[in-house]
Amino acid sequence: MAASNPPTPSSAYYRLVSENETTRLILIGTYTLATLEQHLSILTTEFAAYAQKKTLCWDLTEIEQMDATGAVLLWQTWNKKRPEHLLLRPEQENIFKRLEKLPSPPELAHRNFWQPLMTLGSSALSLWSHLIDTVILIGQLFIDIKFLITHPRRIPWREISANLYRTGAQALGITALVGFLIGIVLSYLSSEQLQMFGADIFIVDILGISIIRELGPMLAAILVAGRSGSSMTAQLGVMRVTQELDALTVMGIPHSQRLVLPKIIGLGIAMPLLVIWTSAAALMGGMIAAQLQLGLSYQYFFSALPDAVPIANLWLGLSKGIVCGMVIALIACHFGLRIKPNTESLGEGTTRSVVTAITVVIIIDALFAIVFSDVGLM
Amino acid sequence: MNTFNATMASIDDKQTTQVNKNQDRIIEVRGLHTQYGDNTVHQNLNLSVYYGEVLTLVGSSGSGKTTLLRQMLGLETPKYGTVKVFGRSRFDCDYKFLKSIHNRSGVLFQNGALFSALSVYDNVALPLRELYTLNESMIRDLVMFKLAMVAIDAEHVNKMPADLSGGMVKRVALARALALDPELLFLDEPTAGLDPELSESFVELILTLRIEMKLTVIMITHDLNTLAALSDRIAVLADQHVVTTGSLKEICRHHHPFVQSFFKTVINQAKTDNNP
Repeated sequence: MAASNPPTPSSAYYRLVSENETTRLILIGTYTLATLEQHLSILTTEFAAYAQKKTLCWDLTEIEQMDATGAVLLWQTWNKKRPEHLLLRPEQENIFKRLEKLPSPPELAHRNFWQPLMTLGSSALSLWSHLIDTVILIGQLFIDIKFLITHPRRIPWREISANLYRTGAQALGITALVGFLIGIVLSYLSSEQLQMFGADIFIVDILGISIIRELGPMLAAILVAGRSGSSMTAQLGVMRVTQELDALTVMGIPHSQRLVLPKIIGLGIAMPLLVIWTSAAALMGGMIAAQLQLGLSYQYFFSALPDAVPIANLWLGLSKGIVCGMVIALIACHFGLRIKPNTESLGEGTTRSVVTAITVVIIIDALFAIVFSDVGLM
Repeated sequence: MNTFNATMASIDDKQTTQVNKNQDRIIEVRGLHTQYGDNTVHQNLNLSVYYGEVLTLVGSSGSGKTTLLRQMLGLETPKYGTVKVFGRSRFDCDYKFLKSIHNRSGVLFQNGALFSALSVYDNVALPLRELYTLNESMIRDLVMFKLAMVAIDAEHVNKMPADLSGGMVKRVALARALALDPELLFLDEPTAGLDPELSESFVELILTLRIEMKLTVIMITHDLNTLAALSDRIAVLADQHVVTTGSLKEICRHHHPFVQSFFKTVINQAKTDNNP
């Protein structure tokens, strides 16, 4: 291509001819994007200088090939009107006719003075519509459950089982790893403090209560909200984009019954199991760290644990798991069903779903802490 | 005067290369072999596309038309075989040549593939902005020019792709494909999903563009009207290779069962014309 040996613009693109008092600027060569690309700025300035001369005759008839870019380049240097003396070929005439009729793009709406207030109002309205939609979804789920109780053959067992596997079984690795590491960290830090007071054996109480009652359920819930919540939202969102949701609707299969309910039930079952699993891994990590740091034997740890932690804490942790699991799935599905069929909405919906789920999980935890403040603590 | 002569000579030079190019192949596919798992899609497939022609690929569904198109676009790599575009292999060439391929070819995907996060205007402006040589006012004129070409009114310019009808999505996608004035245009089912009137105007649009812009067009279509109105040459894909190429008349004489069934109405029409 021309790139290897760029000709100087003035010789390759035009020449000046003076005859009988008139000066003609004869344009030659190819005026296409591919060839013009490298000389664009030079040509623009050179042509702008020629465009100042009113008597100059622009002769375009010798141009070998001209595309829209070439035409627009000339059009811009002529300040969007034809020069007084212009020679064109018929097909070039067509291009310039079209350029003359070119509408300008409509201006985008300017920033309104009331913009901040309107943003506040619209976000309040959107929060309201989220609440309404959630209530509608929950109501629909109760209707579905009532329907399924009277028609037990329609219970979507396969979907529930698939969700159980995807959100539960496949999350075992990551929850165990995170739980184990947090257990080690917690044990190391606490044991250092306890050693100062010579209260080594209370490490069992600290680890037992904090992990079983608080950390296990929270770690599992936050990990699952990030891991399974996002994938549920994205799945429903993509189903909207690919019109799969519409296909289900026209087949008379309700989204809530086939897509939402199995996810909520699946995660409602998987979450408490994950909570036990995470707590166990964290206690394991704590126990190992305690043995290394304080020389506390495993046998002692195991035998002291039931005495240190009232069984109510376990039930509290498990019920937190059930509630959080169902809420995470509900939020994920709610945001998934609201996604509009475009990519930006998909990304935004998934982000919001995860952020909301994690926030709500922590709010639920706080509520549990207040309501059950007298339960399970000695 | 010296410079003048030199320029004239250089123009002569260019013209002769232009003529040579006309007999040249813009795309050359040789010995293509594509396989997904145990499923062989192409076996020893050969195809040439010449400068300035409109070539239509036809074949039953699953015959590998779209795969072939994707390989020409460089979106997929075949197992064996070469695909040459503008005279050089697509799969082992330097960055600079690859970039020039991208700037010299445009693609209209089956569903438009407009960027849903960008407005109509920004969708068409994107390839122009990516050149980093044009200024915004030139880009504005070019975008409006291309949109006027595909008959999109100024009122739709700031809409998002989700708010457009199917026909408009196709036309905006065509405007985007034509944004860089490409020499080579790929059309994947350009008239699928359009009503007959729209698809007719679409065909007319491509015919006029072809004359104005000296396009080479490679098209996949199942629509016989589009095919008959646009194509100079037809390539039939069946049995994992190109069975035959030629004009519509030549193709109809071929006795492959797919050809006979696909062009049934055309062949019957010809028969009744011959024996009234």
